[in-house]
Amino acid sequence: MPVLTYRDALREALREELIRDDRVFLMGEEVAQYNGAYKVSKGLLDEFGPMRIVDTPITELGFAGVGIGSAMVGLRPIIEFMTWNFALLAIDQVVNAAAKMLYMSGGQFPMPMVFRGPNGSALQLSAQHSQAWESWLAHIPGLKVVTPGTPADAKGLLKSAIRDDNPVVFLEGEMLYNTKGEVPQGDYTIPLGKADLKREGDACTIVAHGKMVLVALQVADALAKEGIAVDVVDLRTVRPIDIEAIATSVRKTNRAVVLEEGWEICGVGAQVVDFIQRECFDDLDSPVLRVHQEDVPMPYAKNLERAAKPDAPKAIAAVKKVMYLA
Amino acid sequence: MATKVVMEALSPTMEEGRLVKWLKNEGDAIKSGEVLAEVETDKAIMELVARGDGVLRKRLANEGDASPVGTILAVIAPAEENIDALIAEAGAAAPAAAAPAAPAESQGEASTPQQEASQPSEGGGAAVAAPPKPPPSASGGDQAGAAQTPPAPSPPSPAPAQPRSGGNGRQRTSPLARRLASDRGIELSLVRGSGPGGRIIKRDIESAVASAAARPKPAAAAAAPAKRIISREGDFQDVPLTQIRKTIARRLSESLGPIPTFYLTAEFDMVRASEMRAAFKELGEEFKVSFNDIVLKAVANALADHPEVNAHWMGDRIRHFNRVHVAMAVAVEEGLITPVIFDADRKSLPDISREARHLAELARNRKLTPEQYTGSTFSVSNLGMLDIEHFTAIINPPESAILAVGAVEDKPVVVDGTISVRQRMRVTMSCDHRVIDGATGARFLQALRRLIENPLLLVL
Repeated sequence: MPVLTYRDALREALREELIRDDRVFLMGEEVAQYNGAYKVSKGLLDEFGPMRIVDTPITELGFAGVGIGSAMVGLRPIIEFMTWNFALLAIDQVVNAAAKMLYMSGGQFPMPMVFRGPNGSALQLSAQHSQAWESWLAHIPGLKVVTPGTPADAKGLLKSAIRDDNPVVFLEGEMLYNTKGEVPQGDYTIPLGKADLKREGDACTIVAHGKMVLVALQVADALAKEGIAVDVVDLRTVRPIDIEAIATSVRKTNRAVVLEEGWEICGVGAQVVDFIQRECFDDLDSPVLRVHQEDVPMPYAKNLERAAKPDAPKAIAAVKKVMYLA
Repeated sequence: MATKVVMEALSPTMEEGRLVKWLKNEGDAIKSGEVLAEVETDKAIMELVARGDGVLRKRLANEGDASPVGTILAVIAPAEENIDALIAEAGAAAPAAAAPAAPAESQGEASTPQQEASQPSEGGGAAVAAPPKPPPSASGGDQAGAAQTPPAPSPPSPAPAQPRSGGNGRQRTSPLARRLASDRGIELSLVRGSGPGGRIIKRDIESAVASAAARPKPAAAAAAPAKRIISREGDFQDVPLTQIRKTIARRLSESLGPIPTFYLTAEFDMVRASEMRAAFKELGEEFKVSFNDIVLKAVANALADHPEVNAHWMGDRIRHFNRVHVAMAVAVEEGLITPVIFDADRKSLPDISREARHLAELARNRKLTPEQYTGSTFSVSNLGMLDIEHFTAIINPPESAILAVGAVEDKPVVVDGTISVRQRMRVTMSCDHRVIDGATGARFLQALRRLIENPLLLVL
């Protein structure tokens, strides 16, 4: 199986879907001539031309709305936000138009579109540009929210997202674009809403999504050296959440730590904890712990930034605490 | 990380314990689970085990001292750790010792407020009121990585910290441990919690199960006769009270005090039992059984067939047990204690004999653990060895009956129209009329008579 970067896996998905269905087109800032701010769309303009790979001005609200209009008339737009931080300018279109169009039109207008772009913190981009938005978006009925953590998942999930008739918010880990992994060749899809057990163990369940999947796997490796084997449940999709996969694991391990990149309050982890307490109350041997970004805007200073982010040492401490080892 | 050694509640009713003997000296290396000291409870002399690894740095209690539950008795810590603050705290806490939860809470959690602020939050709550911690000790760092964490602002405490448990010391138990205890028939009040604040967690139940399994267990116990087993699904069934039963309970209680007791006396012929004893004795010392053993076994089998007697009065319902745990009253120097033969109906007569002797010896040496003297479903009291022909025993609530057993004596008896001398034994069952009616008790004694007068039935 070829090893690809997360970026190239996404490009493969885009390219294959552009070939497969001529209603699909990509639109956003710098996606065409500049080959994409993060080079995800590199070469696509040459292959598909300016009608399918469309550069826009710096007008998030506008081109998100154009995308919604084109979906209403039967196209399948993919709207790239240069980062999800800029998508806040278009949030009214995403939340009020895309998410609710099918409902408010009495089923007349499906919304087969994807909003995608980098999400989450990077390195020293400070408070406005280092943010993980999934809990905001997952809050909205009508949206599906996808957060792939590996190249293989990125490709399979993006293809499913493009083929879905609902608006899908596709959050790519900004720090994941250069990560590598084995990616199956050719056409395959991964169903939205299905989690993946990335590592098996019996001592504790770590629930993670997006970039934190890699952190969870680091934690699993480190703990394995101490003889502690943990389950790593990769949510892959945070709306809908695969409750059964989480419950199956927690029923086995009796303990859970939820790891996420975003802030604590009303975070995805809060929702996961809620599901765990409802589904697995009698299986819990300790309170479920969460590891998340500190409750502050992301600091610029490198040392403070590192301290604010969730990381492997914090997650290891949490696992040990729920196992009563710390 | 320092661990406080506290006076633990080693029996369900213990409020204070006396430190009998230190088994470790200051400076000794200690591993979690090692026995540190012997503690005399209200019932027995028990072992106090370490809850953490390290060096026994400081013993704060002297042999002979009596201390309330929760008092800090010693500190285990790494050799280099500064424990002055802990010792100071122990000094401050010792006289009061009114809040046993507090010392236990910080067991193994000696983190500074700064570290606490950067700890992961529990259960989705925003910085859920961590109880105020003791002043920061110079404890070793927290887990990996925490040391890198900057001093994040301490989250404001949303409300004054509430005591974790009520004045009655409500036991904290993880949901899983609660379920496992229920599944495995473990009485939670007898389990010591090793989680934060004494929370009972899965491993505590597992070790309780293991120690129950480690009780003297005769090899033949596995080959239990199945025919008397009424139901093994769950350990008991609670029967809701009918109106008539409620009325009987209320009226009888009003007329005769807390337990409306009545007595049923019967005299059993013991000739065959005596012959069986002699036959067993010929087989060798390991098969030796006493009359009391025969009675215990017969009572157990009869109870298995009569769950209406193998019952507890629970106030608002009657609990019929599906398992038979027979307590035997043993006189000890200080009074009386009732060790329990668990699942006695499923054990062979020689096994019961061995177990009874072992338990009696432990009782006399005050070595019984709470698991060994609680959990009975019915009790037997025998004063036959003291030449008492007949007496009545007092019910041990919430049990609904107790059998008082007298001496086996030669008596003139009419057999087939002629007077002959037979070995006879009188038993008297004290019955709680709220649970057991006269006829119910009589039927039980009838069953008991059949077993004791035909003791071969006990070896089927």
